[in-house]
Amino acid sequence: MTVAASTVDPVHESVRQRFDLISRAATMGKYGSLALITAISVLPLLVIVAASLKSAPEFQSDGPFDLPNQVRVSNFQTAFNDGRMATAFVNTTLILIVSLIGTIVIGSMAAYAIDRFKFRGRRIVLALFLLATLVPGVTTQVATFQVVNALGLFNSRWSSIALYTGTDIVSIYIFLQFVRAIPKSLDEAAFIDGASHMTIYRKIIFPLLRPAIATVTIIKGVQIYNDFYIPFLYMPGRDLGVVSTALFRFKGPFGTQWEIISAGVLITILPTLLLFLFLQRFFYNGMTAGAVK
Amino acid sequence: MQAIAVDGVGVAAPPRRRRARRFRRAAIPYIFLAVPLILLVTFTYIPVGNMFWYSLTDWDGLDKTKEFVGLDNYEDVLTRPELYGVFWVSLYYFVGAFVQLAVAMYFATILSFNTRFKTFFKGVIFFPYLINGVAVAFVFLYFFRPGGVLDSVLAAFGAEGLQRPWLGDRSTVNYSLASVSVWRYLGLNFVLFLGAIQSIPEHLYEAASIDGANRWNQFRYIIAPGIKPVVSLSFILAIAGAMSVFEIPYIMLGGANGSATFVIKTVDTAFKFNKVGLASAMAVVLLVLILIVTAVQRVLIPDEGGELV
Repeated sequence: MTVAASTVDPVHESVRQRFDLISRAATMGKYGSLALITAISVLPLLVIVAASLKSAPEFQSDGPFDLPNQVRVSNFQTAFNDGRMATAFVNTTLILIVSLIGTIVIGSMAAYAIDRFKFRGRRIVLALFLLATLVPGVTTQVATFQVVNALGLFNSRWSSIALYTGTDIVSIYIFLQFVRAIPKSLDEAAFIDGASHMTIYRKIIFPLLRPAIATVTIIKGVQIYNDFYIPFLYMPGRDLGVVSTALFRFKGPFGTQWEIISAGVLITILPTLLLFLFLQRFFYNGMTAGAVK
Repeated sequence: MQAIAVDGVGVAAPPRRRRARRFRRAAIPYIFLAVPLILLVTFTYIPVGNMFWYSLTDWDGLDKTKEFVGLDNYEDVLTRPELYGVFWVSLYYFVGAFVQLAVAMYFATILSFNTRFKTFFKGVIFFPYLINGVAVAFVFLYFFRPGGVLDSVLAAFGAEGLQRPWLGDRSTVNYSLASVSVWRYLGLNFVLFLGAIQSIPEHLYEAASIDGANRWNQFRYIIAPGIKPVVSLSFILAIAGAMSVFEIPYIMLGGANGSATFVIKTVDTAFKFNKVGLASAMAVVLLVLILIVTAVQRVLIPDEGGELV
């Protein structure tokens, strides 16, 4: 384009002008569509922010796009205290930490065994894991419920922990990809030096899996923090609310008090938003790694 | 494998100790796999097996005894319109999923070219996917409620005539809910597509622009073939996803107003009406349908999954 700029040839000049016009229109279309999608993504959330800052009478008389007349935090206090959000965050954190540790240890051990050993039944084991990824979780709860109940886990945090740890096959595949990338010569050298397989796993393989651990932590962390159905079904106890179920319970007592509900929604979103802003790159990489396999 | 190579080291050891060592080595993978396999069997295969068994009984989930009823439950699922009929609701989400894939592909393409504020737009499109499902449900209950956000937007454009109870009206409820689903999941497809496009080698574009290819040609001949695998995978996931929609309609409306999906019906049948036998038959039907869709995927995209074995 710019090369032609120095020519004064009138024919070329008119072609160039037309080309400029088209490309300017394309640019406008591009940024126009980006502005539109930004509005669609952000608007539903911004009106929630506005609602969360209004007093009850103010909310009643205002439209959704009217700005609050002052910044007040009382709705957030009400939502946090009456909505039992503190308990919810404690429960979610406990479940999150234990499940993540379990997933990481189990997933990396399974991946090490599958990739580094030839053993009888290896193909069957792989097929069992592969087939399990196809079973849609929500529907089998009909029967999983009986298993959880029989194990005495119903209405305890261990129900969620067991299910998050025990039914996560995607993490095993992520670890498998990373274990495969670690050169086998490393294990062989250690083996000749007299290291046991357990030592090889602990001292060589596991430390090299740090990127995989980051990926699994992100994918799994988001999944557990956002999961609604498992805690809803297995942990109905009032003291066993997690963030999702605590927010869900806003439906009853706060009925149409949208200013309080909005505050609760924002309290729920805020940790995710902060984490995303600081760790964007990890999120994008994690999602790509997790969804493709 | 390496075990065989190093085996020579133990040659000096007496035969009994050698056998013990070899046995221990053979046992190691099973030791490493014991916990994952026990969990896999306990929380996936036993439930699935039980589900098949329950589906042949009239069990209510509490009784000590289960009456064997043969295929009666399956007959119910396939002949009672209030059970199989809810599959039509999936069509809305299915159509929504196509819109979602197309929009995701459009934005992934334009953001793979030079664009100002790229990181910002990328984040804005992706972030809804990370939001808690219950929060999303409340955000859109507020959005669609009478006199709410959508109605106000319509009023601002002078289109009061279009206002209606979006979630209360049976003719619009599923459109509304399917669009919430698009809003929520667009970001995931977008990021996957963008990742695939960005892994296309730069020199292909350079070669193309030397050959005089315009943006459309670049999309048609470089980008489209490059992202084909991830697009076809997304299609399959979209079909399976549309068949098993649950969270959004359940949290927002409890499946009321004709918004109940097959999964909501299954869950209600089991836990609200205590018909575990019938619910299990419904779950088996869904499982079989999803396995069929996956099998079709394996046939159409044979290389998928091959690297695992």
